[in-house]
Amino acid sequence: MAKDEITKEFKWIGTTPDRPDGLDKVTGRARYGADFNLPNMLYAAVVRSPHAHAKILKIDASKALAMKGVKAVVTRADLPEGLTGEDLYLQENTLAGEKALYDGHAVAAVAATSQLLANDAAKLIEVEYEVLPHVTDVDKAMAKDAPVILPDCADHTVPEGMGPNVARMIEFGRGDLDAGYAEADLVHEQSYTTEATHQGYIEPHAAVGQMGSDGKGEMWVCTQGQWFIRKMCSAVLGTDPAQLRVTPSEIGGGFGGKTTIFMEPLPLALSKKAGGRPVKLVMSRSDVLRATGPTASASMDVKMGMKKDGTITAAQVTFRMQGGPFPGASPVGEALSCAFACYDIPNLMHVGYEVLANRPKCAAYRAPGSPMAAYAVESMVDELCRELSLDPIDVRLKNGVKEGSRASYGPKFKTIGLAETLEAAKSHPNYAVALGPNQGRGVASGFWFNHGGETSVSLAISEDGTAQVSVGTPDIGGSRASIALMTAETLGIPYENVRVNIVETGALGVNEPTHGSRATFASGKAMWEAANQAIKEMCKRAAQKWDIDPEAVTWKDGAAHPAGDNAGQFEPMSIKEIAAEMGKTGGPISGHHESTPSGAGPSFGTHVVDVEVDPETGRVTVLRYLVTQDAGRAIHPQYVEGQYQGGAAQGIGWALNEGYIYGEDGRLQNSVFLDYRVPVASDLPMIDTVIVEVPNPGHPFGVRGVGETGITPPLPAIANAIHAATGARLRALPMNPPAVLAAIKAMA
Amino acid sequence: MVEVNLWSGLRKFTDGAEVVEVDGKTVGQLLDGLVAIHPGLEPVIESGISVAVDGEVITGGRNTPVEPDSEVFLMQQIKGG
Amino acid sequence: MSKMHVTATVNGDEVEFLADPRETLLDCLRDHLDLTGSKEGCGTGDCGACSVMLNGRLVPSCLVLGVETDGATIETIEGMAPEGALHPLQRKFIEHAALQCGFCTPGFLVAAKALLEKNPDPSESEIRYWLAGNLCRCTGYDKIVRAVQDAAAEMRGAA
Ligand code: FES
Ligand code: FES
Repeated sequence: MAKDEITKEFKWIGTTPDRPDGLDKVTGRARYGADFNLPNMLYAAVVRSPHAHAKILKIDASKALAMKGVKAVVTRADLPEGLTGEDLYLQENTLAGEKALYDGHAVAAVAATSQLLANDAAKLIEVEYEVLPHVTDVDKAMAKDAPVILPDCADHTVPEGMGPNVARMIEFGRGDLDAGYAEADLVHEQSYTTEATHQGYIEPHAAVGQMGSDGKGEMWVCTQGQWFIRKMCSAVLGTDPAQLRVTPSEIGGGFGGKTTIFMEPLPLALSKKAGGRPVKLVMSRSDVLRATGPTASASMDVKMGMKKDGTITAAQVTFRMQGGPFPGASPVGEALSCAFACYDIPNLMHVGYEVLANRPKCAAYRAPGSPMAAYAVESMVDELCRELSLDPIDVRLKNGVKEGSRASYGPKFKTIGLAETLEAAKSHPNYAVALGPNQGRGVASGFWFNHGGETSVSLAISEDGTAQVSVGTPDIGGSRASIALMTAETLGIPYENVRVNIVETGALGVNEPTHGSRATFASGKAMWEAANQAIKEMCKRAAQKWDIDPEAVTWKDGAAHPAGDNAGQFEPMSIKEIAAEMGKTGGPISGHHESTPSGAGPSFGTHVVDVEVDPETGRVTVLRYLVTQDAGRAIHPQYVEGQYQGGAAQGIGWALNEGYIYGEDGRLQNSVFLDYRVPVASDLPMIDTVIVEVPNPGHPFGVRGVGETGITPPLPAIANAIHAATGARLRALPMNPPAVLAAIKAMA
Repeated sequence: MVEVNLWSGLRKFTDGAEVVEVDGKTVGQLLDGLVAIHPGLEPVIESGISVAVDGEVITGGRNTPVEPDSEVFLMQQIKGG
Repeated sequence: MSKMHVTATVNGDEVEFLADPRETLLDCLRDHLDLTGSKEGCGTGDCGACSVMLNGRLVPSCLVLGVETDGATIETIEGMAPEGALHPLQRKFIEHAALQCGFCTPGFLVAAKALLEKNPDPSESEIRYWLAGNLCRCTGYDKIVRAVQDAAAEMRGAA
């Protein structure tokens, strides 16, 4: 789409009406994963490994099965053999085979007539283990003498002589590093680490599954992607995807963690064994933290050269990231591609290692890989700026990518808005507030690609001229509102006259999940195509009535108008009139669209944070927080702000507090919210936002995904602010009070 | 012929070349052509990559058309949260 | 274990249920009374998604046993406003976009209502500390705090 084709005048887009699901959600009526029950339903419980790495010698379920009311037990022996690649890893992760690979790895599941009974029965399932040496730390897992987690996990990219847990190596770059460093006035090299964090959605995974001996089944589940659930469960169970109908419930947060499966095949497998009775399985919080996808932990080296005027001449990174016990889960590839995405640097090198460890299988977490990469690179940029006494925003403006710049990962950028976010930050009042003692200001920018993905949408005009839109991307943060606004805009009808439904797998073609910040972009774009099909048909119906050429009819303000030579000849026909007689003029009017859309323009953001550090305790208080980010076009600005604020809060948690703590025994030590502490209301200030709009030429309304970028800058921005406040540079996350205090003391 | 830019880690499969000229009118034809010239790339392409055509990241769009002067990059596969 | 008979007043209605002594009040509300508006986010008293009023006191219902509530008066999100109407907090949450996924919302609403009954004019930091027992992972709390401030102002005006 050419830039000048993007509409700029809107009636609905950019307004902030009540979201369509608001009433259900403030009254407690909205049905989430665990709120669904079926007649004759059974309840499931899961037996999990208490060991980080252990051979499973024997599973004896006889005592459990002898209990009254216990209807089925499943173990790996009940699942089909012969799977390969990711399907095999999904199956291994659903139920351990020969070995338990991390603390919390599921080993068996049981279904009974009540939850209490199922819990009791699970305790009676006896598992005999032979405990093996384990490794949970990413650097230790890289070592040549590390315990072998999966034999021969290395793919074709891994050179000879690496440790047994290195599954993949990635390498890309350009230019001449040595020449670049030679041009620089200052060259620095540092190492940084980040701990694994969890998406921390407040709703634990929950599903009700039903499957008969014929392999036909149904499932109600909280998920970001019902078709992914269908595909993955079918692969793990060896059933036919078309025979499984998956209905998504309302979803209580996902952030990437609900784009894949963890326990979801278990209720289906149990149901099949229990004669087809439906089975409900709800995870506990500690099961969620121990055994669903956190993100990777990372160990990173960065080297960068800068001239006195702030020009970055060369840069390189080496990232090591563990993604749990299976290949393919570590976001190291994304991390590398994001590392220098904000900068136009002629000489670059990226090296990455994907490492296996005895930890849960990583899932995507909001801009997967990007926050860690930003922590390392944006901290380093700040170190150089400070030493050369340069303003961090000016340096980013000087080196920042713009339209036509070659991205660090290869192709040239189209229209992007990094500079606009930097300018917005620079001119914001927060950037000028005078700071007091023990206070410091930090700046960092961030990037996410955004994603199109397989999309199928249908739209139908109702008899009264209202419209119903069926989309396959679950609504996590208000996408029904944004899609309804775009529908209203396209059809020229009131927002209230549109209903957007998130539908089950039987109702549409395949849709990828709500991931990659794609729901408003991709479902919105497909809706626009579908609406235009319906408009074309409505114009045709009017043309037939007027007996003129359909080409001579245009659509405006929710009505067909005669145009060209016929302009003014007939009264316009409203959508209401056309819809009222559609049964008699050719049948239902609808539109549908299927595609894998390109053009998901990247979103850049810049954050400015002021902190105060208590020199006695090391506690960091966030005083002020500013997010500026390019939305392309904000369809419902309140929910765009909400994405910015929510992403920033998660990033602040990652920076200051959150992190998986594994003991010497390889067990997760903080598997409840009391110990895995996410930010609470009293930890945060108001989060100021500026929505920058540099329309995306790849979308009819200029939309860019906005969901992910916001989690990226807080990690380095806060590290930079702490340095400004104290002079101490923290190169490991989380920067909790003991760590900050130790860093302050180390300087004295 | 279209110039396909590879990431540098792939050089070991292409006798050191980082840019390979391939005949093709779609992304799919380019990928097949690449493998025909450098069979060592097959497992890489099979295991999933992203392709950028004129700055647009195309995921899974083998039928996406390319012009002789298109800028084509192979990239690490990108997932999202 | 044999179940115990419990009689309580929930949202103004007298209810009866049979509770296993191990079941929490949250289990009883959700599984025996079909009041699924109260959510379980943790089961350990850390997230506030299960907040209810028990005899006029704000409690996490996952930390109360169902059998303890015999004779008690309980208010849940389902009883936040008379049928058909919305409490100002509910309206302001929608207006301010104070929810994204909405899973934490019932707990926040019940807790915020308890706050405003005690303190009709709370400062920003009083709101933040009162709600510190309720986790929201989506919003960063900004819009929640604003919604509570706005509802409080409206309620003061109306009073
Ligand atoms: S479920 Fe009760 S506090 Fe979390
Ligand atoms: S809106 Fe999702 S947890 Fe609060």
